[in-house]
Amino acid sequence: MRVALFVTCVNDALYPATGIATVRLLERLGVEVDFPPAQTCCGQAQYNTGYRHETEPLVRRMGTVFEGYDHVVTPSGSCAAMVRENYPRIARRAAAEGRGDGLGAIADSLVPRVHELSEFLVDVLGVTDVGAYFPHTVTYHPSCHGLRTLGLGERPRRLLEAVRGLELRELPGAEECCGFGGTFALKNPDVSAAMGADKADHALATGAEVLCGADSSCLMHLDGILRRRGSPLRPLHLAEILAATEGEPHV
Amino acid sequence: MSGTFVGMPAFPAAARDAVHDPTLRATLRHATHTIRDKRARAVAELPDWQRLREAGKRVKDHTLRHLDRYLLQLEESVVLAGGTVHWAADADEANRIVADLVKATGEREVVKVKSMATQEIGLNEALAAEGITAYETDLAELIVQLGHDRPSHILVPAIHRNRGEIRDIFRAEMGAWGRPAPDGLGDSPAELAEAARLHLREKFLRARVGVSGANFMVAETGTLVVLESEGNGRMCLTLPETLISVVGIEKTVPTWRDLEIFLQTLPRSSTAERMNPYTSMWTGTADGDGPSVFHLVLLDNGRTDTLADEVGRQALRCIRCSACLNVCPVYERAGGHAYGSVYPGPIGAILSPQLRGTTSEIDASLPYASSLCGACYEVCPVAIDIPEVLVHLRERVARQGGPGHRVEKAAMKAASWAMDRPAVLAAAERAATRTRRLHLARLPGAGAWTAERELPRIPEKSFRDWWKEREE
Repeated sequence: MRVALFVTCVNDALYPATGIATVRLLERLGVEVDFPPAQTCCGQAQYNTGYRHETEPLVRRMGTVFEGYDHVVTPSGSCAAMVRENYPRIARRAAAEGRGDGLGAIADSLVPRVHELSEFLVDVLGVTDVGAYFPHTVTYHPSCHGLRTLGLGERPRRLLEAVRGLELRELPGAEECCGFGGTFALKNPDVSAAMGADKADHALATGAEVLCGADSSCLMHLDGILRRRGSPLRPLHLAEILAATEGEPHV
Repeated sequence: MSGTFVGMPAFPAAARDAVHDPTLRATLRHATHTIRDKRARAVAELPDWQRLREAGKRVKDHTLRHLDRYLLQLEESVVLAGGTVHWAADADEANRIVADLVKATGEREVVKVKSMATQEIGLNEALAAEGITAYETDLAELIVQLGHDRPSHILVPAIHRNRGEIRDIFRAEMGAWGRPAPDGLGDSPAELAEAARLHLREKFLRARVGVSGANFMVAETGTLVVLESEGNGRMCLTLPETLISVVGIEKTVPTWRDLEIFLQTLPRSSTAERMNPYTSMWTGTADGDGPSVFHLVLLDNGRTDTLADEVGRQALRCIRCSACLNVCPVYERAGGHAYGSVYPGPIGAILSPQLRGTTSEIDASLPYASSLCGACYEVCPVAIDIPEVLVHLRERVARQGGPGHRVEKAAMKAASWAMDRPAVLAAAERAATRTRRLHLARLPGAGAWTAERELPRIPEKSFRDWWKEREE
């Protein structure tokens, strides 16, 4: 089984610990992971801001970089959703506009092979207990694209519930958006911050030590709000919790 | 008068006031969360909801694809039943038709059952200019009209008002429009409803012309359908001698049987009821029963242009249930007025820029008034993929350019260029990590982000550099 890690541009540049944790976790589960260094970005920011044409070269790059791998794993629900939901759309539109060559085949090939981390663990590897140890109280925010576009459902929660020492606390209004939304946070700063503030309030009300999510960009936004408040609540990616063990605890 | 939305500022600026108004925020949050929870329970009762949703989508899509044919069939059926059909290409033409019809009756006032189409075209203002007074009879519309206000929700136009505000409006304004509010009016729902009932009853019994919209028009029978909760619609549709219905062309369904789907999905999606209290249907005219004269004004006003857009046309499937507003986190904070249209919320963000074009500042900003969280698509009873249309319209706005978009386009092109060159990306990451200690927590240029958030910290090393070292 040839497995590639698609780390995503946000994790690569800002949250390498998420990528490192994903590699350690998968290797612990016996998966040999490769990181093709020619990978960059899925193009979500460009596409969602209205620059569809500018996304096409990145679709091609994704196709080339991950050609030949049985599975492509990414610790980002929104990037996985971008591939699964929008690559076929981009290919269709490009074909209709006469620029289709090969994009449809790239999309068709990538869609079934790209998995968000919790999907890969539960659906492909068939594990929910990954042998993790994390003795902290945790509340989980299911990011919108993972929740609605990918339909991750209970997968991340089942993984967390199987972690030894971890106490999971319900997040009120969990399914509501945190207000990040890519360039939305820049274009509508007031509404975005108001949504983030409510999410932070809900997370703080749980009394948990850690706010867990499976999308680094949502966590970045919430981390920015929590740090501005001087709050001790710590946002942490699901991969980092699942990677922690008694021998190698998360620090 | 219920004001129009001309000259609205762009969405982010319009939303700012609502975001910083704690009373409005609390009112909206309470109202939308109450309806959303009830809706979820009402929908969960139906084991075949997803099939109903799919059926509704298909019927609407089929009708829109053959709308020319179904509209001609509708016209024929209405005429056969004793009605008269008028075609209005835009707001001005529709207003002129209605004003002329009212003037021909010699009347100077009309009663109205809530109609979004007439709000869309500014009919009340157009009639006022001709010396004709239009009385809104839906309770929430009455509150909006008496308050010299604008609607802020599709189903609950006065959702932004609390009971105390409504009592004050009734006390101060009812007298100028007819029967004044009872002495010592309190703010209990029963007292407020009774005051509105007494005020409106006089208008229903006096009016000789009624103006309505319609939720559906059945092509095969020429039947129009209004769903409502208060009975005011039933009064407006049956008591006057002349009835004028102004309806968007997209409200057509082919057959009577198609109503079976929407009479289930619309009430549950909108008011969270299994069935709405009043479903009124009228087919032309009948001797000694209801209005003796019936006019149908078929309104285009940007709809055929919308129909021509293969991605955007799905917005015309909308049955105006407002479920998308009630789950939208942006609507909940920004309020309905920020959308600058009679159609607020997620559906408004895709409908208004299509019906009106994207040339005004507000219309160009609406496709960006969403975090693309997808909650609107999930609840839509006709499965309009609102996020897909939002992104599609962003493309249109970005292509047309304008303030901000030149810089943005350059940035997006630069990002795509760099992202297509891993070596450039790696070099940029290294430059950022080398200078990480120089980065400020609050950047002067990134004001929008840092006003209420800290910037992310730059790590010591990128992931790709970690991987590279590990492999060596």
